[in-house]
Amino acid sequence: MRVTGDDLREMYRRMSRIRQFEATTKELLLAGELYGAFHTSTGQEASIVGACMALRTDDYMVGTHRSHGHPIGKGAALDGLLAELMGKETGVNQGKGGSMHLSDFSVGSLGETSIVGSGLPVAAGAALGSKMQGIDRVTLCFFGDGASNQGTFHESLNLAAIWTLPAIYVCENNGYGELTAAHKTMAVEQVSERAAGYGIPGVTVDGQDVLAVYEAVSEAVARARRGEGPSLVETMTYRFDNHAIGIRIENYRDPAEIEHWRTRRDPLVLFRDTLGERGVDGDELDVIDKEVEAELAEALEFARSSPTPPPEAAFTHLFTNPIDA
Amino acid sequence: MHTVTYLEALNEALVEEMERDESVFVMGEDVTWALMGSTAGLAERFGEERVRDTPISEAGFVGAGAGAAMVGMRPVVHMLIAPFVYVAFDQLVSIIAKSTYLYGGQAKLPITLMAPMLYNRGNAAQHSDRPYPTLMTIPGLKLIAPATPADAKGMLKAAIRDDDPVISFEDGGLWGQRGEVPDGDHVVPLGEADVKREGDDVTVVALAGAVSHALAAAEELAGEGISAEVVDLRSIVPLDRETVLASVAKTGRLVVADPAHEMGSVASEVAAIVAEEGFWDLQAPISRVTTPHTQIPYSAALERPLYPSADRIAAAARQLMA
Ligand SMILES: Cc1ncc(C[n+]2csc(CCOP(=O)(O)OP(=O)(O)O)c2C)c(N)n1
Ligand SMILES: [Mg+2]
Repeated sequence: MRVTGDDLREMYRRMSRIRQFEATTKELLLAGELYGAFHTSTGQEASIVGACMALRTDDYMVGTHRSHGHPIGKGAALDGLLAELMGKETGVNQGKGGSMHLSDFSVGSLGETSIVGSGLPVAAGAALGSKMQGIDRVTLCFFGDGASNQGTFHESLNLAAIWTLPAIYVCENNGYGELTAAHKTMAVEQVSERAAGYGIPGVTVDGQDVLAVYEAVSEAVARARRGEGPSLVETMTYRFDNHAIGIRIENYRDPAEIEHWRTRRDPLVLFRDTLGERGVDGDELDVIDKEVEAELAEALEFARSSPTPPPEAAFTHLFTNPIDA
Repeated sequence: MHTVTYLEALNEALVEEMERDESVFVMGEDVTWALMGSTAGLAERFGEERVRDTPISEAGFVGAGAGAAMVGMRPVVHMLIAPFVYVAFDQLVSIIAKSTYLYGGQAKLPITLMAPMLYNRGNAAQHSDRPYPTLMTIPGLKLIAPATPADAKGMLKAAIRDDDPVISFEDGGLWGQRGEVPDGDHVVPLGEADVKREGDDVTVVALAGAVSHALAAAEELAGEGISAEVVDLRSIVPLDRETVLASVAKTGRLVVADPAHEMGSVASEVAAIVAEEGFWDLQAPISRVTTPHTQIPYSAALERPLYPSADRIAAAARQLMA
C-alpha cells in the first residue's frame, strides 16, 4: 500500500485527537461534568486509526461500547461528539446515545452498539446491502476479543463468508473482556485462527503499529472491493485505562504489564519514532498536537454553550414515520 | 375483486412490492423452496440474489436485515415460525427497535419480519407461540396481525413500504381461508382497526385467528336477539383506540378475544384502555377471552380448548348481557 506524507500526518492527527479527546473527557467525567458508563480508547489509537484510514469516507463502519475512538478515527468532527457526551441537542445522537454510542453517520458510521457482539450481524447486512446495490463500498466492523465469544461472531462471519460480502471484521484484542483475560475465554491462541472455520483470511498484527494495521486492513479492504469476500484482522492492543472509568478493581492486571504497555508500547510514541525515521520532523508533530488542542478547546466551548434538548425530545425518533403525530 | 387464500394474498403482496421496488428482497430459511407457502415462485421470478435462503442463524440474518435496511434496502425477513424470533431477540430489541432512537434519528430501518403463528395444530410448547404481546412491550416496533386475505395483502404491502420495522404475524390457522381481495394496488394503512360486523349490544374486539371465531359467535348471538359488533384490531402497534372506544360508546359492553396468553396480552391492553378512557360508557365489566397462562400441550384434546372459540366468545357476550 502506498502511504503519502499527507496520509502519515493525517494518521498522526487522528491519533492525537483520540488521545487528547479521551484525556479531556476523562477529566470532565471525574469532575462530574460528564456521566454514564465511560470506556476510553486510550492506548488503542493505532489500531483504530490504522483501520479507519484504510477506508473511504463513504465506507461504512460499525462499532462498540468503547465508542469514542472509532468516529474520530473515521474522521468525525469533535464538537458533535463532545456535545453528545454532555447530553446536548447538538450531539451526534442528539443526546439520545451518550458515551457508549457515539455515532456520526455523516462519516459512514452505522452505529456504535453497546450490547457486546451485537454489531457483527449489522455489519454483514450493510455489506450485503452494498453488494446488492452494486456499490463498491465496504463495511468495517470493530469488535473486541470478548465479543469474539458471542454467537453473533460465528453467525456473522459465516454469513459474510457464504455470501462473499465486502466486510472487514477487525478484532481489537486488548487482552481483556472487562476484567477477564482473553486467554481464559478461548481455547486457541489468537482470535484470527477462528477465520479458518469460515474459510476466510485471518491475520494478527501489532495493534500498536498504525502502519502495520493500515497495511493489513488495506489488504482486506482491497480484497473486499474486488468482490472476494470478508476478512478477519486481529490487532493486538491494550487499553491504558481500566475497563470503564470508575471501576475500582485494578488487580486483574499485573502493574508491570500496564507499565510495560504504557511506557514501551504507546502507539503515539511508537509512531513518532517511525515518522522521525521517515523524515517527518518532531516539531511538525508538536504543531499538529497544538492544533488538535485548539480544536478540542473549541469543541468544548461548542458543547458547553449548546442547549440541552427540550423534554419533548424524549419522544422523538422512536420511529422514522411517527405513529402518534 | 378476486378471490384468493390468505397465503396467496401474502404472496401477491411480496410479488407486487418486489416488482415496484428493487430494494425489496426476501431472506430466511428455505424461502426459495417456499416451505411456508408465501414465498412461492419468488426465486424463479426474481432470482436468488433477491430471494435468499439463509443458514439457520436467526440472530445473524435478522441483524443482517437491520444492516441492509440501514444502508437503503427494504429487507423482508421470513422467520419461518414466530417463536424463532426469540433466537434473534437481541438483534430485534437492541438493534432493530432501538437504532432510530439511539442514534438520534440518523438510522432508518425499513425492515419487515414475517412471523407465522402455527398454533392449534399439535406443535406443542416450543412451536405454538403467539409472541406479539412480548414484542408490543418494546417501543420502536410496529406489529400487525391481519385476519383476512385482503388485510393480509394490504397490510403486508404497507409494512414493506413503511420506513420503520414492522412484524407481520400471520395466523397459520387462516392460511387456507379464501376471501375477496380488491384488484390493483391494494394497500391497507397500519393502525386502523376495521369494523367487520356492526352491532348495538356488545363489542367484540378480536385479533388474528380470533376474528373469524368472533364473527361466528356474532352470528350465533344474532339468533338469540343479541346484536354484536366485531372490531378487527388488525394492527397492534399502532393501536386504533378511537375505533375501539367509539364502538364501546355505542354498545356499552366489551369482550376482547385474543389467541395469546392472557397475562400482558393485547386483550389486557385493550381492556386497560377502555377501563381508563371508556369507563363511563360501560354497562358491564370487561371480559377477556384469551389463552390461559399455561404452556401449549401436544394432545389435541388438551390444546383445542385453550384458545378463544366461537363458543367461548358467545358465552362471554351472553354473560355481559345477563
Ligand atoms: C451482551 C453483553 N454482555 C455483557 C456486557 C457487559 N460488558 C460490557 S463491555 C464488556 C467486555 C467486552 O469485552 P471486549 O469485547 O473484549 O471489548 P473491550 O471492552 O475490551 O473493548 C462486557 C462484558 C454487555 N455490554 N453486553
Ligand atoms: Mg477486550
